[in-house]
Amino acid sequence: MRGFVRRSRTILAAVLIAAAALPAASGSAEAAPQRVVSMNLCIDQLAMMLAAPGQLVSVSSLAQNRRLSPMAEQAVAHVPNTGRAEEIYLLRPDLVIAGTYTPQATIAMLHRLGLRVEILPPAEDFDAIRAQITRLGALLERQAAARDLLARFDADLAAARAPSGRGRAALYYANGFTSGPGTLAGSILGAAGYDNIAADHGISATTHLPMELLVMARPDRLITGATWPGQSQGEAILDHPALAGIAPTERQVTDRDWVCGTPFVTRAIRSLR
Amino acid sequence: MVLRLSGLSVTRRRRPVLHGVNLALGSGEFVGLIGPNGAGKSSLMEAALGLIPFTGTSSLAAMPADRRARHATYLPQSREIAWPVSVEDLVALGRIPWPGGGRSGEDRAAIDAAIARMGLEAFRKRTALRLSGGEQNRALIARALAQDTPMLIADEPIAGLDPAQQLACLRLFRDLAAEGRTVLASIHDLGLAARFCTRLVLLSGGHVLADGPADAVLGDDLLRRAFGITVRRVETPDGPAILPV
Amino acid sequence: MRKWSVTLSVLVGALFLASLLTGPAGLPAMDSLRALAFGGDGPIPIVMREIRLPRAILGLAIGAGLGLTGAALQGYLRNPLAEPGLIGISGMAALGAVIAIQTGLSLAAMSALPLAAMAGATAGVALLVALAGPRGGSVTLILAGVAISALAGAGTALVLNLSPNPYAANEIVFWLMGSLADKSMLHVWLALPPMALGAGLILSVRRALDALTLGEAAAQTLGISGTGLRWRLIAGTALVVGPATAVAGAIGFVGLVIPHILRPLVGARPSALLPASALGGAALLLAADVAVRLIVPDRDLKLGVLTAIVGAPLFLHLIWKTRSGGRV
Repeated sequence: MRGFVRRSRTILAAVLIAAAALPAASGSAEAAPQRVVSMNLCIDQLAMMLAAPGQLVSVSSLAQNRRLSPMAEQAVAHVPNTGRAEEIYLLRPDLVIAGTYTPQATIAMLHRLGLRVEILPPAEDFDAIRAQITRLGALLERQAAARDLLARFDADLAAARAPSGRGRAALYYANGFTSGPGTLAGSILGAAGYDNIAADHGISATTHLPMELLVMARPDRLITGATWPGQSQGEAILDHPALAGIAPTERQVTDRDWVCGTPFVTRAIRSLR
Repeated sequence: MVLRLSGLSVTRRRRPVLHGVNLALGSGEFVGLIGPNGAGKSSLMEAALGLIPFTGTSSLAAMPADRRARHATYLPQSREIAWPVSVEDLVALGRIPWPGGGRSGEDRAAIDAAIARMGLEAFRKRTALRLSGGEQNRALIARALAQDTPMLIADEPIAGLDPAQQLACLRLFRDLAAEGRTVLASIHDLGLAARFCTRLVLLSGGHVLADGPADAVLGDDLLRRAFGITVRRVETPDGPAILPV
Repeated sequence: MRKWSVTLSVLVGALFLASLLTGPAGLPAMDSLRALAFGGDGPIPIVMREIRLPRAILGLAIGAGLGLTGAALQGYLRNPLAEPGLIGISGMAALGAVIAIQTGLSLAAMSALPLAAMAGATAGVALLVALAGPRGGSVTLILAGVAISALAGAGTALVLNLSPNPYAANEIVFWLMGSLADKSMLHVWLALPPMALGAGLILSVRRALDALTLGEAAAQTLGISGTGLRWRLIAGTALVVGPATAVAGAIGFVGLVIPHILRPLVGARPSALLPASALGGAALLLAADVAVRLIVPDRDLKLGVLTAIVGAPLFLHLIWKTRSGGRV
């Protein structure tokens, strides 16, 4: 069964290679990469927004996951990859873009195979998103598209931002984790006008916050992590009666717009209104 | 009758070890069960107590468990003491079948009497496992006495004891019989068995070869058939001494 | 004996109070207790009643259950190395719980969680009794325990890895090491009734376990039914260890350490050791649960880590004594 899936993927890849040859030939800049593979969910999205038709060969399989990716529909048009060096190589890319958390062994193998690999860090705030768009535009030789996207993002962001002082909010995920102001989720919270209670405890990044500290902080608004199919002890904490006790009315769940530093964060900000 | 076995047969690992044994024991008897290794002595006692499956009938095994525990006590050959309990606590285990839970006045009296009879007063609070083998054996017998049953069944009670302990043990059993209790014990020392038991049962190959007073059971012919040996009998003032030759 | 039960009860009471008063929020003791007793507005009653109280109750009950079942299994197998965590009973309970969670059974009915854990524990203890029953020696017991633990651990990891939930795979640590963090009163109501029933069953065979001191045959002639004792012990152990593991994961060594420490103090008689071990187990687990909150307050250090640090050297010591033929 699995062998069949792989074979059919290989066939699909071959068809796409043949199809990709046409638009690539009519590309404008000589130096522009013609066969780009993205290995990271967040890069996937920005790359799909910026790439010329046919330029982006493959995106990570996560990009098709509706729980994680706001661009799941668009991602179907690309070959999904699961991040293994072998399948990346067989796609014959001239540029591979990976994230900071892509396994080192895979990156090293891709280098050994002679591929050009660019590693982009995750964008944890709005400036980083802007920088990421510009950087990716340069890598793809799509500077004009990047400028357009940036302009739209800035306008959306300005429109979505709310004045501060709307109250205190807490982010709470499985296993009792919270995100401080130094994270993307924290930035979204701040842009929506909320003070993050994680800051009261000196938390800047994403880390464990004991539930009783959360209860003692009495947030006005509680935003919890999305729960997944199947069950886990880690997520069971979100059903703890003490949480219902502190934030009975205002409870919101982080969705796919919160996952990545992309222009979709403006939707996440608006969702907090 | 204190114990009646009829047609008692036992099969162990598909091998028959006891063939239709009939035996009746009355009060005041000290019955020595003799016979070579593998004759079925242990199987007979275990089946009589209902510890192993058997066919035929045993008046003891037929009793409900709680009544049986107040009718017969058992000293297994293993002399196991699993935990470092005090002598007093060990002896008190004999009171489990009785309603007092080990704490009633009757229980206390039975425990004290058993400890006194076995001369264990000095060891009362000592940990049984730290005593010598002979002392441990006395503590285990005291445990059986505390059970206060009309019948005592003992599997090789004098095996591994020094001569003084052997004599003390057999004297006790003889005294118990004289008090009207019934004792059934397997014994390998034919001379001691002849001296102390009121009756001997010779077992061989799962059959009762002879049953009666020592003189009748320890005949040359029977012993040759059972053990494949001849013995020399020396009469002494204390009874016959029997030497295998 | 009586003296020790009073001392242990006082210790358990003090540690229960310490458990209630320990937490990252650093609440004033008097305010906390007032909020616990009388409620009121604000977050303190929620912290005390919904977070700390269930944690303290579960620490007490699960510790007591593990101490009790450890002492009972040792008495039945006549082996001081027996312990529900080490010989795979907790592991099998965890496997049952994980299966109930990942198949969605526990979502359909909350009671499926402790029931499945009990089924797992029953399988574990029955397998163990069959393999290393009272006639089996220490080597058989430990080997059977290693095999059952390995099987249960592998099964648990497999089920968790097959889960569609990204958090499930990381839960293996919880199931292997155990934790009381962030358990609610719901867990208390789920676990306590079957555990109380199991404890009652186990305490009902106290005298029978005493009789087993003399060996199986002598115990039977004292009126003890071998099969009756076996089934009560298996059912009692499963009723205690199953729900305990379902809510707190597998916590090892409590049932090993406590009877070993208490045997010289209260006497080796199982009937005296059983209730004392329940108190001792409660004290140990409450102390461990206070300690994990004090050592690394901002992280969820697993309870089994602490109990293993205390218990594993003792386990080695016991194996050494068994090896050299000494009695424990």
